[in-house]
Amino acid sequence: MLNAIAVIALRDLTKLFRDKTRLLAGLVFPFVFVGILGSSLDANLSADVGFSFLAFVFTGVIGQNLFQSTAAGIISLVEDRQNDFAQEMFIAPVSRYIIVLGKIIGESLVAIVSLVGVFVMGMVFGIPFSINQILGLIPVIGLICLMGGGFGTLVMSGMSEQKQANQIFPFIIFPMFFVSGVFAPIKNLPLFLTILSRISPMTYAVDLVRSVYYWGKPEYDKVVLFGLGTNLTVIIGLTIVMIVVGTMLFVRKEKTR
Amino acid sequence: MNKIIEVKNLVKKYNKASVNAVNDVSFEVNEGEFFTLLGPNGAGKTTTISILTTTLAKTSGEIMVAGYDIEKEADKVRKNIGVIFQNPSLDLNLTAEENVRFHAVLYGLFPYRLTFGMMPKEYQMAVEKLATILGIEKDIFKPIKTFSGGMKRKLEIVRGLIHKPKILFLDEPTTGLDPLSRKNLWKYLKEVMRDEGLTVFLTTHYLEEAEGSDRICIIDDGKVAKMGTPAEIKKELIGNLGDETRNKKLEEELEKISLKYKTKVRIDTPTLEEAYLEIISKNNNA
Repeated sequence: MLNAIAVIALRDLTKLFRDKTRLLAGLVFPFVFVGILGSSLDANLSADVGFSFLAFVFTGVIGQNLFQSTAAGIISLVEDRQNDFAQEMFIAPVSRYIIVLGKIIGESLVAIVSLVGVFVMGMVFGIPFSINQILGLIPVIGLICLMGGGFGTLVMSGMSEQKQANQIFPFIIFPMFFVSGVFAPIKNLPLFLTILSRISPMTYAVDLVRSVYYWGKPEYDKVVLFGLGTNLTVIIGLTIVMIVVGTMLFVRKEKTR
Repeated sequence: MNKIIEVKNLVKKYNKASVNAVNDVSFEVNEGEFFTLLGPNGAGKTTTISILTTTLAKTSGEIMVAGYDIEKEADKVRKNIGVIFQNPSLDLNLTAEENVRFHAVLYGLFPYRLTFGMMPKEYQMAVEKLATILGIEKDIFKPIKTFSGGMKRKLEIVRGLIHKPKILFLDEPTTGLDPLSRKNLWKYLKEVMRDEGLTVFLTTHYLEEAEGSDRICIIDDGKVAKMGTPAEIKKELIGNLGDETRNKKLEEELEKISLKYKTKVRIDTPTLEEAYLEIISKNNNA
């Protein structure tokens, strides 16, 4: 069983390292978000709000990147299913639950590797982060990946075709960037946006990263929404529910087409 | 003879479909037999093979594969079958060896190790043997992107046989291959059948592929249209078409309307293709 999980998970990582375009994209997107968007917001707004927008966007992108990358990776399982390789996985004497679990772990590893690009951009643009902050972020990073994986499984279980998944996923993920406070603060929002932001799981991912990064700093109260305890509770709860429900729906739908 | 596949009254209706894709199909396959499911596109071949290989749930019917119930004992069925899908199922980003390793580990044959060198000796020897069989000793560690279509198919077959299945399912295995690759692949498959004593379950719409099998089941519109050995199917049609009395009658009639003919009128023994087209078109007119 562990062998099956390992082989499924490490296939994803192997594929990442062989895909030069994807590796390059892993540097370009953080540059666009942190370098361009973060720097311009920082130059124009930081003085007014009283905290550095560069670090704000940087921490936001960490949460967003982990969540989105894992979710998108899981959704690719539907593509595999039609095209190529998943056929091979789904015919093996291995439970569907093991396959989904292996896939979530694999895509989490991929997301963590992609994070290197974000940290490189952080260093290039002089965003301060200490060893303690990084150590504190490690468990948080794993947790956010799992939540992204759960979210991806849930979305995937609701879609029958990759084409559909490819078309719908951007419509779900793109508004999430904004209601989840990746780039822009969401402390004060009109009611309908507040509701949306609280529904979006990415909100808690982003806020969790910030509650660790800003721990003990003077900006903490201005930046962090819910705090460590609330974020952890919500994320752990959501992750368990999404993985369990998503996998069950997926396994059932997979056979009863 | 032992029955290795038993299908009784199989029905499959897809969600949202108005008609049954497979409509009350029954057949049996004997151990060691080369059995072909022949039919036009959309006849229900892939649906049937997907159900037999446990990747699709049936609507109703009773099915035993390799002595196990496909629903209650799906895991045991899977351990005992090898499947070659209609669409290639190799990971193009991996090397040939990595594809094989993935399969071997998923089937619980070997523990997973990061590199080929770290895998158990037995595995390494097995892979080297496979590479020799396929004649790809040099390319086994190359990404399979560079492989030809026929070579990829052969690799899939080799991979599908590592866990020593009792039955090999082949779903239109030569689709998309050029005539030469098709011929080579069949030569290889025949060798495998001979050497391994496998039961082979083939779906195809190529008649010449069906002609070499022990028994053919012609399926059309989700129903069994005909079943028997290739010779039996041909014979039945000859019975319908020409005999001496009919030839005589034809000659007389042609004389009656005083049509002049120089060559002798003769009705040919039909090929399997003619028999097949006859069966299919009859069904479609009905």
